[in-house]
Amino acid sequence: MPVTLTPNIPQADDFYAELLATHEGLTKAESDALNARLILILANHIGQRDVLTAALAAAKEAAHKA
Amino acid sequence: MNKIFEIPLYPYSRSPDQDALTRRKVVIVGAGPIGLAAAIDLAQQGIEAIILDDNDKVSFGSRAICFAKRPLEILDRLGCGQPMVDKGVVWNLGKVFFGDRKVYDFNLLPEDGHKRPAFINLQQYYFEEYLVNRVQELQAAGAPIEIRGKNKVLKTEDKGDHVSLLIDTPEGTYGLEAEWLIACDGAGSPIRAMMGLDFVGRVFEDNFLIADVIMDADFPTERWFWFDPPFNKGQSALLHKQPDGVWRIDLQLGWDIDKEEEKKPENVIPRLKAMLGEDVKFDLEWVSIYTFQCRRMEKFRHNRVIFAGDAAHQVSPFGARGANSGLQDTDNLIWKLKLVMEGKAPESLLETYDLERIYGADENILNSSRSTDFITPKSETSRIFRDAVLDLSEHHAFARPLVNSGRLSVPCTYDGSPLNGADRLDGPSRTRPGSPCPDVPLADGFLLDKLGDKFTLLTINVDAPEKLTVDGVEITNLPLTTESADPALAERYLCSAPSAVYLIRPDQHVAARWGKFDEKSVAAALRRAIGKEQ
Repeated sequence: MPVTLTPNIPQADDFYAELLATHEGLTKAESDALNARLILILANHIGQRDVLTAALAAAKEAAHKA
Repeated sequence: MNKIFEIPLYPYSRSPDQDALTRRKVVIVGAGPIGLAAAIDLAQQGIEAIILDDNDKVSFGSRAICFAKRPLEILDRLGCGQPMVDKGVVWNLGKVFFGDRKVYDFNLLPEDGHKRPAFINLQQYYFEEYLVNRVQELQAAGAPIEIRGKNKVLKTEDKGDHVSLLIDTPEGTYGLEAEWLIACDGAGSPIRAMMGLDFVGRVFEDNFLIADVIMDADFPTERWFWFDPPFNKGQSALLHKQPDGVWRIDLQLGWDIDKEEEKKPENVIPRLKAMLGEDVKFDLEWVSIYTFQCRRMEKFRHNRVIFAGDAAHQVSPFGARGANSGLQDTDNLIWKLKLVMEGKAPESLLETYDLERIYGADENILNSSRSTDFITPKSETSRIFRDAVLDLSEHHAFARPLVNSGRLSVPCTYDGSPLNGADRLDGPSRTRPGSPCPDVPLADGFLLDKLGDKFTLLTINVDAPEKLTVDGVEITNLPLTTESADPALAERYLCSAPSAVYLIRPDQHVAARWGKFDEKSVAAALRRAIGKEQ
């Protein structure tokens, strides 16, 4: 199954605000650690190796090339 | 009292070969675990094996301490598994610590119905002592086996149909010829260096302090692993129990250290006190500092010189994949060499030793490199993810399989080996061709004790002849039925199939399998398994 790259999060603005609020007041190191934990939790939730591989590739390809 | 590793077990004595140039069948260089196992395997099948060792004692210090089930099964075939298991410490429980807290514990939960445990801890010096005892037992029974202490190989030359050696002894040098030479002379293999062969791979810039301490402490028989503990900040530590009240402690020290300084008791003892507690009384038995690499030779076989064990491949110690995989090397090699020497198999059969054991070595290198990368993160991001896994593991079970303090040694399945024959059975994946046979309890013992050294036809709920001979190679039938048998037999060898026929190699790996007996198919699979049909 391919990774979903079309809009899929209901109330997207609320989610985005919640994501930022979770990081609020954290140092850069604490935020980096939180992000890492979050990635691992989400990856486990998805649990499909091919989707994870596609997600990793999509994240890498979307880097802005200066 | 002298320690076993301080006593010469095979002191130098003059051999008649020193007076006249002689050609021996198989010469093995190195009386470590792998060299000794190779010699025993050959000798108990009637092939002359001479071991040359530059020393005359067993391994100094505990060194390899963790022996897995598969090597114990191999040792059973070599007639010396029992003393190892009797002396060794069996363990199944482990704890993982991160910083100053325990994040979780685990149980290896070994599967029932196997003669041997998942692991034992045993000092390498005992391991070697019991192998030397077995050599002496075979010798006393007239088997063609000999260990020559203080015999150091100075030169080796490939002469096409034999290898010529120059050997140094306390009484001067002598020449010796070998039809075959097996180099089991360790990671620093002098034979490999003499032959100018490559040994490339990845160097890990790290040092580990090993301390064996003797203490009367009430630590349980568990494997304790610390990531970033308060007594060794930013590094790792391991505590593991060995026989005789000896505890193995491994402390990661980092790269930029003064090894000689760190080894001094005045520096080691404060570190250990910080770990064990100020009040715990202990004596240091042995201290060593090691670094490691993950690498292998491009080819293990060079005409009549064959490399095995650390001489051929080296891994990090995490996962106990060094000595354990070396024993699987000789397990794979000796039956092939025997058939080639007897003229029953083409010399090309030895190429499959290279193929199959390089496959095994690569799997071990991959696993042990991954463990090392988890234990010693190589970048800031890698450390962030490592710490995230450990933090999550305290609260959520899903993260625990990601914690990697060593993936413990298991034998590989030779998938894709040219020796594998038909898979005409709707049977379990774990016994597909190439797999090491899993053990099963039988009415009169265990299955693996009935397999090995020769080709076996394991027939379950099937009629087949008692013996078959194909191209001079004998196949012995081992007939079993599932009637009133342990359910493990059906579970491990039948799955939903009503009957099965397995052709099993002398190293207890499956060569081919079918649902029914057909003589022609068995003969074809046998020919394939000895390298006659590609």
